[in-house]
Amino acid sequence: MTVRPMVGRDSQFFWDGTAERELRIQTCNACGFLRFPPGPACPECGAFDRGHVVAAGTGTVFSYVVHRHPPVPGKELPIVLALIDLDEGVRMVGEVTDALSDETGDAEIEIGMRLRVDFDRVDDELTLPVWRKA
Amino acid sequence: MSALSGAAAIAGIGATEFSKASGRSELQLSVEAVQHALADCGLTPADVDGLTTFTMDTSSEIAVARELGIPELRFFSRINYGGGAACATVQQAAMAVATGVADVVVCYRGFNERSESRFGQFSLAAATQVNTNGLDNAWTYPMGLGTPAATVAMQARRYMHEYGATSRDFGAVAVADRRHAATNPDAFFFGRPITIEDHQASRMIADPLHLLDCCQESDGAVALVVVSAERARDLAQKPAVIAAAAQGSGRDQFVMTSYYRDDIGIPEMGVVGRELWRQSGLTPDDMPMAILYDHFTPYVLMQLEELGFCGRGEAPGFVADGAIEVGGRLPLNTHGGQLGEAYIHGMNGIAEGVRQIRGTSVNPVEAPHVLVTAGTGVPTSGLILSA
Repeated sequence: MTVRPMVGRDSQFFWDGTAERELRIQTCNACGFLRFPPGPACPECGAFDRGHVVAAGTGTVFSYVVHRHPPVPGKELPIVLALIDLDEGVRMVGEVTDALSDETGDAEIEIGMRLRVDFDRVDDELTLPVWRKA
Repeated sequence: MSALSGAAAIAGIGATEFSKASGRSELQLSVEAVQHALADCGLTPADVDGLTTFTMDTSSEIAVARELGIPELRFFSRINYGGGAACATVQQAAMAVATGVADVVVCYRGFNERSESRFGQFSLAAATQVNTNGLDNAWTYPMGLGTPAATVAMQARRYMHEYGATSRDFGAVAVADRRHAATNPDAFFFGRPITIEDHQASRMIADPLHLLDCCQESDGAVALVVVSAERARDLAQKPAVIAAAAQGSGRDQFVMTSYYRDDIGIPEMGVVGRELWRQSGLTPDDMPMAILYDHFTPYVLMQLEELGFCGRGEAPGFVADGAIEVGGRLPLNTHGGQLGEAYIHGMNGIAEGVRQIRGTSVNPVEAPHVLVTAGTGVPTSGLILSA
């Protein structure tokens, strides 16, 4: 069972994007500020006029965790989770799905490593962004 | 100095036993702790006119008041953000008595956090709560990041990368806590100290965090009675005067996942620290010891930096060679902390601060002032208690 995100008016565009295999970053139409996570107002200029850009889908590992315990619903442990600095300048959390050695089970990831986004279609309602080594 | 500084004091402390299975309701635990705290200072439920707790507490102020037979409440409030609320419950109480809104305010926190609702597990309830916290968690929980240990491990890994800290540096906190718990009969780990090798050999939970970097899960309750400093001097115990009481939230703040700042870390504790020093007129050099919230060891190192005990990235050197153990330059968590004594969401640490001011701690430090902090990685709070 996958943990489903709470989705609201301010975040619907992001999940509509993943369903289209797009990683969308909120942008302020007034001042151009890029923002993740999204929200209704621009913290830079106060405007509510927002749109989005589609990220190139590439980024760099800022930090990471190898989660071994306790159980995570819908996941077979261990999993590698990373904070990824997108090339556009925002940061997000994602699972890195190809960073565990098949032979040793050890994590093969380091800060600074380049990653590329992929999309995991869970069902008609939900597609999650996931990351792989670039 | 502020108007709040010195206006109120913690006059009474009370607790249940700390266990893994209390065998009674969370409400009963809180009521027992409040009864003990009132008896400690010679007051009765009839004297109480204020109650404050955490939003996470399952026992409402009115339920606690009913069980205790408190006739009327003139003040009740709750603080959000998990363990970050601990010292802020005392701040609420202090502000209430300082302004005359209430005369006797009891802060309480009680739970069966091991036998019923385990905070260390992945919480579907946190991921699906119908509010902005639930919406915030959409960016982590569905990806698989949803346990407290893992959220802290993400910060710890970056801290290691930036400053060259090692797992052994984090382990120094666990060793100190367990040494102090070993001589505390009320501690779950009474008589069970650990070595740094034990820490290193403990199983990996969320790499880089080992099991012994993570606090316990506990059942129990703690209560604190706050009155004016003037009234406290007429009660049964030596008062722990509230020299400062502060809350703090940082820029672009989240709950456990403030990952989107340029420099991640815990700047919210810097907000608390600056306010504590401003209110009290004291400095880190005036603190012979401290109680630093220790749900996970890396955040103790980061707190030392945010509070000004050492510079950014210098905590690994600061905690080395027993410096944070009794006899060292800044003993921390002399009750054993939440790794050693119990995890009562920081409230047991405040009680230890009071015991140090009274001179009744099992690991006494000559301490005219004690700094106490609340949960980290969340909007948080802190206190300076003085003799």
